[in-house]
Amino acid sequence: MGIAQESNQYELTVNDSKYVISGSWLGESLLYVLRERLGLYGSKNACEQGECGSCSVMMDDVLVCSCLVLAANAEGRAIKTIESVAEGSQLSDVQEAFIDTGAIQCGFCTPGLLVTIHDFLDSNPEPEESEIKEAISGNLCRCTGYGRIVEAVQLVSIRRSGRDI
Amino acid sequence: MNFLIASSTEDLCELLAEDPSRQLLAGGTDFMVEVNFRHRDVSEVIAIDRIEELKQWRHDGDSVLIGSCVTYREIERGALSTLIPALAQSARTIGSPQIRNTGTIGGNLATASPAGDMIPVLLALGALVNVRSRSGVRQLQVDELITGVKTNSLREDEFIESVRVPVLRGPQEFLKVGPRNAMVISVSSLAMVTDIDKEYIGIALGSVSASPCRSTDAESFISENIDWNSMTVRSGAIDNFERLVRESASPIDDHRSSSAYRTHTIGVLGRRALLRIFRLEN
Amino acid sequence: MSLLEEGIASAAGVGISATRPDGKEKARGDFLFSNDLSAEDMLWGQTLRSPYPSAKIRKIDFSQALAIDGVHAILTADDVPGENIFGLEHPDQPVLAFDIVRYVGEPVAIVAATHPEVAKSAVDAIYVDYEQLDPLVNSQEAIEAAPIHPEGNVIRHLVINHGDPDAVGNITVEGEYEVGMQDQAFLGTESGIAFPSADGGVDLHISTQWLHSDRDQVASALNLPEDLVRVTLAGVGGAFGGREDVSMHVHLCMLALHTGRPVKMVYDRNESFLGHVHRHPAKIWFRHSADESGALVKVEAKVILDGGAYASTTSAVLANACCFSVGPYRVPNALIEGWGVRTNNPPCGAMRGFGNVQTCFAAEAQMDKLARALSMDPVELRLLNALKSGDTLITGQKITGTAPVKEVLTSLSEHPIPKGVKGDLLELPGGTGRTTDNSHVKRGIGFAASIKNLMFSEGFDDFSEARCIVVDGEVSIQSACVEVGQGFVTLVNQIVEETLGVSEAVILPVDTSIGSAGSTSASRQTWMSGGAVLKACEAVVNALILELQNENGGEYEKVGLNLVPKDGSDSISIAVALRGRNFDEHVTHRHLPTFPLDHNGQGNAHVSFAFAAHRAVVDVDQELGLVRVVEIATSQDVGRILNPVQARGQIEGGVAQGLGLALLEELVLIDGKIANANFTDYLLPTAMDTPPIEIAAFIEQPEPGAPFGAKGIGEPPVISSTPAIVAAIRDATGFELNRVPIKPEDIALNGL
Repeated sequence: MGIAQESNQYELTVNDSKYVISGSWLGESLLYVLRERLGLYGSKNACEQGECGSCSVMMDDVLVCSCLVLAANAEGRAIKTIESVAEGSQLSDVQEAFIDTGAIQCGFCTPGLLVTIHDFLDSNPEPEESEIKEAISGNLCRCTGYGRIVEAVQLVSIRRSGRDI
Repeated sequence: MNFLIASSTEDLCELLAEDPSRQLLAGGTDFMVEVNFRHRDVSEVIAIDRIEELKQWRHDGDSVLIGSCVTYREIERGALSTLIPALAQSARTIGSPQIRNTGTIGGNLATASPAGDMIPVLLALGALVNVRSRSGVRQLQVDELITGVKTNSLREDEFIESVRVPVLRGPQEFLKVGPRNAMVISVSSLAMVTDIDKEYIGIALGSVSASPCRSTDAESFISENIDWNSMTVRSGAIDNFERLVRESASPIDDHRSSSAYRTHTIGVLGRRALLRIFRLEN
Repeated sequence: MSLLEEGIASAAGVGISATRPDGKEKARGDFLFSNDLSAEDMLWGQTLRSPYPSAKIRKIDFSQALAIDGVHAILTADDVPGENIFGLEHPDQPVLAFDIVRYVGEPVAIVAATHPEVAKSAVDAIYVDYEQLDPLVNSQEAIEAAPIHPEGNVIRHLVINHGDPDAVGNITVEGEYEVGMQDQAFLGTESGIAFPSADGGVDLHISTQWLHSDRDQVASALNLPEDLVRVTLAGVGGAFGGREDVSMHVHLCMLALHTGRPVKMVYDRNESFLGHVHRHPAKIWFRHSADESGALVKVEAKVILDGGAYASTTSAVLANACCFSVGPYRVPNALIEGWGVRTNNPPCGAMRGFGNVQTCFAAEAQMDKLARALSMDPVELRLLNALKSGDTLITGQKITGTAPVKEVLTSLSEHPIPKGVKGDLLELPGGTGRTTDNSHVKRGIGFAASIKNLMFSEGFDDFSEARCIVVDGEVSIQSACVEVGQGFVTLVNQIVEETLGVSEAVILPVDTSIGSAGSTSASRQTWMSGGAVLKACEAVVNALILELQNENGGEYEKVGLNLVPKDGSDSISIAVALRGRNFDEHVTHRHLPTFPLDHNGQGNAHVSFAFAAHRAVVDVDQELGLVRVVEIATSQDVGRILNPVQARGQIEGGVAQGLGLALLEELVLIDGKIANANFTDYLLPTAMDTPPIEIAAFIEQPEPGAPFGAKGIGEPPVISSTPAIVAAIRDATGFELNRVPIKPEDIALNGL
């Protein structure tokens, strides 16, 4: 029967580290496992139905809502969370821009937005404002009205291009 | 619960034959919401999103064969978007970028929501759904697959393998009304596709009936009022066309909208789609 | 002007765009929100809630639920150790329902188990025998209807009777208006963790807006002395009023004390909608009259706020709705009657804008109507009637502070209006739905202005404590002021830099080991806790001067950030002088006292007032009823800007919430039950719905008595943005549109 497997224990690769998950209920979402089993609390749970983007992570280089990924089905896939965005103490350029432009208020949506925006700018380094807005339309923010966030993306784009601010 | 990963369509056939009560997990964008909110009883789950055959599509001549696990994103942005532009437009309106990265065409069909945004397009195009089990492959029309609000005619041991979508030569439109500018469930939607060579116009509606439906009366009426050479439509036909589109809807009132608004908007969408594709005859 | 043009500020001190001290942690995902907390041996709590808006509880049987493996406790009303009643202003709500449930979502039982799924299964396995009663869901009927609560249905009836009751102008306009139930919809749902302690007390770590109010209510319900209930702020994922009331607080503590183990609870989004108060739905009738010149002669209003099943802050919300019902205008004669009523709908309480939002929507529509009746420009009419310092409100209170309404209105009306049409279908109404071409679009422009009282009113003893601790020149600040995202932590650093010349202060954990800072609400924390921190820092400077004088004999004078000896010897900077020294100054800051309203609704009930105006430009697809807001411009009376970027952030965020109320956000109630308690159907504005926000002007007229002259800025952006958008849609369509949120069908089917 091919490699179909019955799985009560599985392994996750998160931020290049391997974790064995055992004794868990197999209905757990990747978000739940990241947070409550691996202690990676950076991915946030605000809706658990794919409407807010706060739990965004990269899975095999694809931006996904981790609340909608069955954790057991993430086995063998490379998961990258907000915790991997900075390199040690060095913040990424998007993280820096968020601080500089005032894009962070309560900060709950921030990790999901940062993961989303990194992914977006990798494929679209010099976006139009309308493209930015569509790219982050799956990340709800209740504090900022998005103005500073859009500006942070524009700032990164400018900084990366080496253009003058 | 038990969790299994299918590696191939043959494998999946066997797993379902062995225990037809097993549930299929593709993109997870509906499935996991139900799990998270305990609206779905999950005892046996088979993930099908690693089956390579299901993630492929190919263009053969006058149609494309799209594996059921091809994502909205791939349909929205890739080469498929030029082959089936209305399907790409509908994909772009589904959920968020994150949802579109994982949600699949097969999932949209199997979930059979009245508001499933790809379904009107597939109906209008006359797409065929290849449904498979150990006992073989069945080919269903979309309206044979979808039997009601979130119900389908799949037998327990069957799965959607692929969708055969005709590639037409002519403009296509998909319009969707929702109160928000993105990430919104449709209140009404309409797909209109044309084939200039075959002088074909297909129209289907979403969110205005228990299942998305064709607007066949409107199709046949307007066909007689189109000049395919000049791509014009008789201006005297518009009002009646709009009425026929409205009459093919049978919407409900719910917390998202009144039936009156759904009925009103579906007619407007029909007219606007028509006038994007055809010029008004002088 | 955008930040990119302004340049990126890096210095600190008051008045510049200092960056958040918690920004790095939040950007890394390291910042711990309340639901990121966990503990060894922790259990998960879960709440059983009423499915009915009104029912008798005949029997609760949880024997099967308790038998589930992993379930450690199931508690009901019988297990509440102290008073089974709580409330923010007035205790009237059971911690756990007994005998009767009065709204869908009312907590009935609580569970602690080893895994959230186990706890949820246990909740499902609890059997409650309900006898359903007819729910009272109509707020107007509630005034006369049989009481649904021992305290009756009218929580507050308020009359404001000002001036000559017989006065009337020649031009009269009348209208009825309605506001739907908006939700704060903060992204971080309610969550917390409680630890039982060896002394019999409990430590509660929770996201909240007001630690001390929580502590008092929890202590009363637990029958514990206040010092045995220690509340610590856990990271808050937004609040907007929705965390001012107690939610899971007592439940968590009960479960922790009962099981002897830490207990964590996290509401999911659905439960969050059931678990906190909402913005009051309102029914409002107005009659405005003016003379031929446009001068307002009299305003009459009736205002009914639906408070839902329990009081929460209904009384104060009603006071705001009535006191400021006429907006930022001089009104010599007024008769305003308001009711805050109880129904079997979900309880309503604080939300950003707090009562002013509802009546502002209606009153600004009236002002436009009046302008039309007078054939006057709507801005001109507002200017003609604009309040100014020294004017009297309809409560008889004279405005002693600044009231630059004219400046706000003028600067906004002079701001250029965006020109040109949008080309891309995605930027037109309908967005990604591609419904609308330019040929379907009508553009409209609308204008609205607002007044908001700052801080607590009606005689409330409003204060905030702060400590400034210096150890060898290192500065720490302690305050119980809750940071919900508004940027108080940034301001603390700026104040320390401004007063002591020390660039970074340690902000000590926010908990109940210091006295109250009051709530992070009512646009009050910059004034109150900012003022307390300022005072504490100044006390340190004074103590330092005394110490230097004692050591050196001579006298010192503070000049900027330096201490200058009067004997002419070299001055020393405060920061340098603090090195090697220790201080600990603990202060309390109060604003000037306020007084209750009398039986005519008259009195000096409020402290200070902030004004704002908004201009909306919208594109409307009238046939489909779809709206795209093209731009919102605003001018705001801010007293003084302490941090331009944070101020802009408050304005942009507030406007987005006002846009939500105008076009998208409503909890739809069907027989008292919320039909859309999720983010699929409770629609928050996305980035594609939120337009560019232009700040035409910050009007900086320092407010006497306010620390740094600064007025609170959090609430005004929410208040008049909604009526401005609605006015713009009226301008485009000619329709009345007297209810928000406006649904597409209100436009598309209007007159059909």
